[in-house]
Amino acid sequence: MNMQTTDYLLKRYEEHYEIEDYQGGVPRWCAGCGDNAILTATQRLCRDENLPPEKTVFVSGIGCSSRFPHYMKTYGFHGIHGRALPIAEGIRMARPDLNVFVNTGDGDCCSIGAAHWIHAIRYNMNLTVVLHDNQIYGLTKKQASPTSPIGTKSNTTPTGSHLDALNPITVTLGVQNVSFVAQAVDWNPESLYEIIKAAYKHRGLSFVRVVQRCPEWLPKVFDPFMQDPSKILLLTHERGLAPSAGLSKLYHNQEEHDPLDRDNAFAIAANPEFLPVGILYHDPKVPCYEDLRGAGQARSIEMIEQGFNAELDKYTVWPEGVSADGQTGE
Amino acid sequence: MNQAASITRLDGSAYQAKDVTVLDEHIVEIVSDSGEGAQRCGQSLGSIAAKMGNGIWTVEIIPAEIRPPARSAAGASGNRIRIGAGAVTNGGDDTKLVVAFNEQVLLGRVDAGELADGCIVLLESMWREHKDPAIVKSYVEAHDALLAKGYRVREVPMEEECLKLVRDARRGKNMFALGMLCSVYSLDMGLAREQIELTFGKKAVDVVTANLQLLEAGYAWAEAHLDFKFSIPAQRATVPQLVANGNTALAFGVLASGIDICAMYPITPATSASHYLSEVFEKLGGIVHQAEDEIAACTFAIGASYAGKCAITITSGPGYSLKQEAIGLAVMAEIPLVVVNVQRGGPSTGQPTKAEQGDLLTAMFGSHGDAPKIVMAASTIEDCFHSVITARKIAETFNMVVVLLSDANLATSQQPFPRPVFNPAWVAPPIDQSTLPVGAKPYDWDAETGLNRRFVPGQPGGAHTITGLAHDRMSKVAYDPETNEESLRARSLKLAAFQKTLKPPQVHGDEAGDLLVVGWGSTKGTIEEAVDRLRAEGHKVSSVHLRYLQPMQPGIGEIMKRFGKVMTIEMNWCDSLDEALIDPDNRRYSALAMLLRSRYLVDVDCWSEVKGQPIKPATIRKVLLAKLAREV
Repeated sequence: MNMQTTDYLLKRYEEHYEIEDYQGGVPRWCAGCGDNAILTATQRLCRDENLPPEKTVFVSGIGCSSRFPHYMKTYGFHGIHGRALPIAEGIRMARPDLNVFVNTGDGDCCSIGAAHWIHAIRYNMNLTVVLHDNQIYGLTKKQASPTSPIGTKSNTTPTGSHLDALNPITVTLGVQNVSFVAQAVDWNPESLYEIIKAAYKHRGLSFVRVVQRCPEWLPKVFDPFMQDPSKILLLTHERGLAPSAGLSKLYHNQEEHDPLDRDNAFAIAANPEFLPVGILYHDPKVPCYEDLRGAGQARSIEMIEQGFNAELDKYTVWPEGVSADGQTGE
Repeated sequence: MNQAASITRLDGSAYQAKDVTVLDEHIVEIVSDSGEGAQRCGQSLGSIAAKMGNGIWTVEIIPAEIRPPARSAAGASGNRIRIGAGAVTNGGDDTKLVVAFNEQVLLGRVDAGELADGCIVLLESMWREHKDPAIVKSYVEAHDALLAKGYRVREVPMEEECLKLVRDARRGKNMFALGMLCSVYSLDMGLAREQIELTFGKKAVDVVTANLQLLEAGYAWAEAHLDFKFSIPAQRATVPQLVANGNTALAFGVLASGIDICAMYPITPATSASHYLSEVFEKLGGIVHQAEDEIAACTFAIGASYAGKCAITITSGPGYSLKQEAIGLAVMAEIPLVVVNVQRGGPSTGQPTKAEQGDLLTAMFGSHGDAPKIVMAASTIEDCFHSVITARKIAETFNMVVVLLSDANLATSQQPFPRPVFNPAWVAPPIDQSTLPVGAKPYDWDAETGLNRRFVPGQPGGAHTITGLAHDRMSKVAYDPETNEESLRARSLKLAAFQKTLKPPQVHGDEAGDLLVVGWGSTKGTIEEAVDRLRAEGHKVSSVHLRYLQPMQPGIGEIMKRFGKVMTIEMNWCDSLDEALIDPDNRRYSALAMLLRSRYLVDVDCWSEVKGQPIKPATIRKVLLAKLAREV
C-alpha cells in the first residue's frame, strides 16, 4: 500500500513540470523586444497545462520571432522562411498526439509564406499559431514588411513605405473555415497569457496576432497605444475573454463582442481608431482537416499486406488455371 | 510462315479460314481526335495481348492540350503498342500498322516520322462523303498521297458500321477498332469480351452489351474485308503478371513500403501516381495530401517525416525546382525523405507530357551549398515499384533525402512484370518512442560513417530544436569554423557509407570489348536491345545501366577500362562535335557523360536525343555503329 502511494507520488512528481522544464537556451532577442513577453506567456501556458515537453513541438520559420523554438526545452523545428505552417501541418498529420505550436513573424507569415497562411486557415488543423507582428523585418535589419504602416521609413523605403499595411486579422477572418482569431499586445502580460491560453484550448487552427514592439527598428510605432490605454479596445464576452478587475481598470474602453459574430469582428479589426485586444472570432465547430483525413490511424502489416494484394489483384494476369484466390483449377 | 486459322463466332459458326502470317513482333497504333477513345482501345489491346502471354509495351500518344481542335495533326491522341512473342522491354522502332479515325491525326503521325515504310493504315472512310467539300478534298488528297508513298491504306467505314449498332458512333468506334485488331492479330475474343466487361463493368448493362456488339462487329468486318491476318505466338506466363504503367507501379511501391503520407501538388506527368494513390491509400490508413503548392507539399512531407515515418512527395521538373530550398532543409536537418521526380521536357514549362532525362544534375546538385543526397533512377516499370521501397529504406537508414528519378516514358507506358510477393520487411518499422539515455545527442555523428540516431518527437529525453542553421551535435546553432566543417563532413560521409553497401553494376554482354554504352533510367530496355542487335551482327558492344547516380556503384571505372571506347546514350542535351562552333573546349556533354568523365578521368563520349519521344533501338544501333567506325 505504501509502495503504491510512493509510486503514485513519484509519478505525480515526474509528470509535473515547472517553468524551468520549458526553458531552453537564453534568448538572444534585444532588450525590450516583444518576443520575450510571448516566450514568457507561452512557457507559463505549458506549465499550467502541464504539457509533456517530449509531446510538444514548436515550429517556426525564419526571422527574429522564429528563433522561438531554440528557447523552449521541448521538441522544436526551426524551419525555412515562410514554411513553418506546412511543416507544422505535416507534423500534425503524422502525429495528432503531439501539441503543435507555430511561431511566425509578419515577414514569414504575411509575405513569403502568405500562400501557406491562407491555406492553413482553410485546413483548420489543430495548431496554435502566434504571429509576432512587429511590422518590420528585424533580422535582416529594417526593411518594410507587409504590415508596416504606410510611410514607414526603412532601408528599402527610405522615403517612406508606399502602400497601406496589410491587416492580418481581416485577412484571416476572410478565409473559409476560419475558426479562431484573436489579438494581443506584448506589453500587457495578463491579456497576452489569457489569449494564448484560449488559443491553445481551441481545437482547430487558432490564430493569434501579437502586436509586438521592435525597440531596435520601430521603437515608437506603438507609443500612442501604450501611452493612451483608451486606444485599446478590450473585447469581452462570456465565450471570449473575461477580464480581471485590474485589466478592466487599465482598459476601460471595452466592447462586449460575440466571438461568433464574424461581421462585427471584421468591423472591429478594420477600425484604425482602436487596437482591439481579445478574441475576435471563435467557432469551435469547424472540422479539423486531420480529423477529416483520419490522421493517426494505426496500420498493421497485415492491413497493408491485405490492401496491397487486393490492389494487385486488379492488375494481375493469372497463369492459366489459377484464379485470384490462389485456387488452381482442374 | 503462314498457317490457316479457324476462329469461331459467338454462335459457334466458323469464319472463313485465312492465311495467317506469323510474326515475332509488331507495332500497332490507334490514333484519333482527343476524346474519341483511341487511348482506351490501345490499352485494351495491350491488356488482351498481355493476358495471352505476349510481351507488350504500350506508349501513350498524348496531345499537349486537353482539347486540341478536331481533325488536327497536332491533336493526335492514342496509344502505340508493341506486341512481341517474347519479352518486350521498350517501345521499339517504327509502327507497322495504324488505325486512324481521320486523315489529319494520321498525317500527324506520318510527319512525326513514326510510321514504317509500307505501314498498313486502316483509315476511317466517312470523310470521303463529308458535306464539307474542304474536308473531302483534304481526305482524298491525304489518302492518295499516302498510297503514292507506299503505305498500304485500307479504307474502313467505321462510322457507318457502328451506326448500325449505336446512335452516336463517337462512343464506340474504339471498340469496333479493337474488334478489328483482335481479328488482325488473331487475339482471343474470349479475353477481349472479358476486357470489355472489366472496362465497362461499373456502367449500365446496356453499355456493356453495346460495346460487346461493337467488338464483334469490328471483328466480323475485318474477317470479311481484310486480306491479311497476323499471329504473334504467345506463351502464357507460369507466374502471375502485373500489367501496369510506371506511375501505378510507383504507387504500388508506396503502398508496400509502409509510407504513411504522400504530399503532392498536381503536375504532369507525375500526378497520375497520386491519382491512383488517392483512390486506394486511405482505405489502407495512408494519406495523400494535395498541398497548396510544391513548396508546401515538400515541407509538409518533411514535417511528417520529422515526426513520424518517412514521407514521400511526388513531382515533375518545375515542381522539383520549387522544392529545392526545402530539400536542402531536409539534408541539413537530416530528416529522411523520398522525393520522386517523374521527369518531363525542360527547362521551364518545357514539354509537360514528353519524356526527357534533363533533371539528373539538378537532382544531384540542386539546393544551394553542399547538400548531399542520394539519387537513384528507375529503369523499368517493375523497377519503379521496387525503387520506392528501397528509397524509403535508404532514407530512414541514413537519415537522408533520396531522390528517385522516373520519366514520362516510364510513367505512362505499360508492361507486364512478375507480380511481387508481399514481403513484411518492405514495411517501415514503427517509429521509435523509447526514452533516450541522459546526455544523448541528436547529432552524434559517427566519426567513420557520419551516421547518427534520429530522435523523434515523443521520445522522452530527446527534446531539441532542429534547424536549417549550422548546428553542433546538440543541435545548437553553431557558427564556429570547426563545428561547421565537422557537420559538413558528417553529412557528406553518409554518401560514402551508403556507397560501401552497393554492388558493382552488371554488364550486359561481354565484360570486355570495343564499345561500352552507359545509360541510366528509362532507356535501359532500348539500349540493351540495340546492343543485342549489334552483338548478333558480330560487334563487340556491351552496355551497363546505372541504378544509383549519387553515389555511383563501385567498379564502374574498372568496367570502363575493359572497353576501347565508352559513350553514354541519354535523353538530355549534349552538343555535337559536328557543329561548326563546337570543339572539345566548349562542348557541353550529357549529364551522365559529364559525371563519368569527371570521376573516372575516362574520355567518355555521348549521344543524346531530346525529341520528347523514347529513343528507338534502331536509332541507337546506328549511333553505336557510327561510334565503332570512328577512330576515337
